[in-house]
Amino acid sequence: MAMLDIRRRIRAVTSIQQVTRAMELVAATKLRRAQDRVFAARPYALKLREVLSRLAQGRTGAPHPLLRPRPVQRRAVAFVTGDRGLCGSYNTNVIKRVQAELDALAAAGGPELALIPIGRRGREHFRRRGHDFLEEFLGLGEEPGFHQARGIARVLIRLYQEGRVDEVRFVFTEFVSALTQRPGELVLLPVAPPEGGRPSFLDYIYEPSPEAVLEALVPAYVEVQVFLILLESKASEHGARMTAMGNATDNAEEMIQDLTLEYNRERQASITKEISEIVRGAEALK
Amino acid sequence: MAEGMVLEVLTPERSVLREEVRSVVVPGACGYLGVLRRHAPMVVKLRAGVVKYRPAGREAGGPFERLAVSGGFLEVSQDRVLVLAPAAELAKDIDVMRARAARDRARARLRSREAGIDTARAQAALERALARLLAARE
Repeated sequence: MAMLDIRRRIRAVTSIQQVTRAMELVAATKLRRAQDRVFAARPYALKLREVLSRLAQGRTGAPHPLLRPRPVQRRAVAFVTGDRGLCGSYNTNVIKRVQAELDALAAAGGPELALIPIGRRGREHFRRRGHDFLEEFLGLGEEPGFHQARGIARVLIRLYQEGRVDEVRFVFTEFVSALTQRPGELVLLPVAPPEGGRPSFLDYIYEPSPEAVLEALVPAYVEVQVFLILLESKASEHGARMTAMGNATDNAEEMIQDLTLEYNRERQASITKEISEIVRGAEALK
Repeated sequence: MAEGMVLEVLTPERSVLREEVRSVVVPGACGYLGVLRRHAPMVVKLRAGVVKYRPAGREAGGPFERLAVSGGFLEVSQDRVLVLAPAAELAKDIDVMRARAARDRARARLRSREAGIDTARAQAALERALARLLAARE
């Protein structure tokens, strides 16, 4: 009977809506936390960048090996996706970007690509399509810590230093706002000496020496960049999930309204039918 | 800033400290060094160790406050002292039991001399643990 079916569907949609609403709220909370972590990391990163730009400017002699570009024969593409779905186009956008690079290579040639997935979703996608990975990093959890970023950075630096890749590029999701995230790219290695630092008139003393400071500063800068990428991606993921679940909740609401209307219409029809049957029966008895 | 300078300790995860201080001592790569007001601009590579400082208003010979850093950098510019460290903990926040456990673990790993252990990493872990214990010591 149709009425029973409609009731059942209303119940089903309502319980889905409860789930999506809960997920929306959870994502909103996590988004706030993730955002705070991005803001907390920025001063450190900016300062390192400032010191690095000051040190890299106005210096002659052999540059640090991580600052020196070389002809790219093999490029590593590290891409950050989430471990879970249900977050709108968050994972697909990154995957599409990576796929576009692969397609461009197939079409026009160019340096060989080595994929490095960070996060389960992207890895599953490309593994199903038969890709191999140079490295992979999974299970970073909901709040990636600096030590995790550091571990990843060290592996990437080693790949670069050993000459197994000539460039390391990141595909990730820039966090613009809670509602807007956009896929972004960044060349991690070789390190482009940051520009735009205001020139300083102070004459700095470097201890133990400018070279020794630079030697330690460059990896530290790479590490914090990876950390920021992870944090921004995480914040974007929560933002995307919040929006997606918010939409799902709204859609469920709309569906429930439609179904309720239909249900009432059916109910009305059946009551009308019953009344007319009774009336007809009474008429017949007269 | 009549009396002192501002000491700020930043890690990638949070800002650990921001306080007016009278003097600071940091573990430089080539040994401990002290910073007083009007120090020349300087950038120093740090190793794992204890940062000590006297808050502004404390008399010159007064006790130091301590915090442990795991390395990083120091920048001094215009009466602002900035410590950038991968990790830093105020003495009062240090979990002594955990630091001891970390120290013992690192020592055991260094002693074992098995193939496949990363000596440099174990050594660094040991230094970090020792720095934390030293900072926490009353």
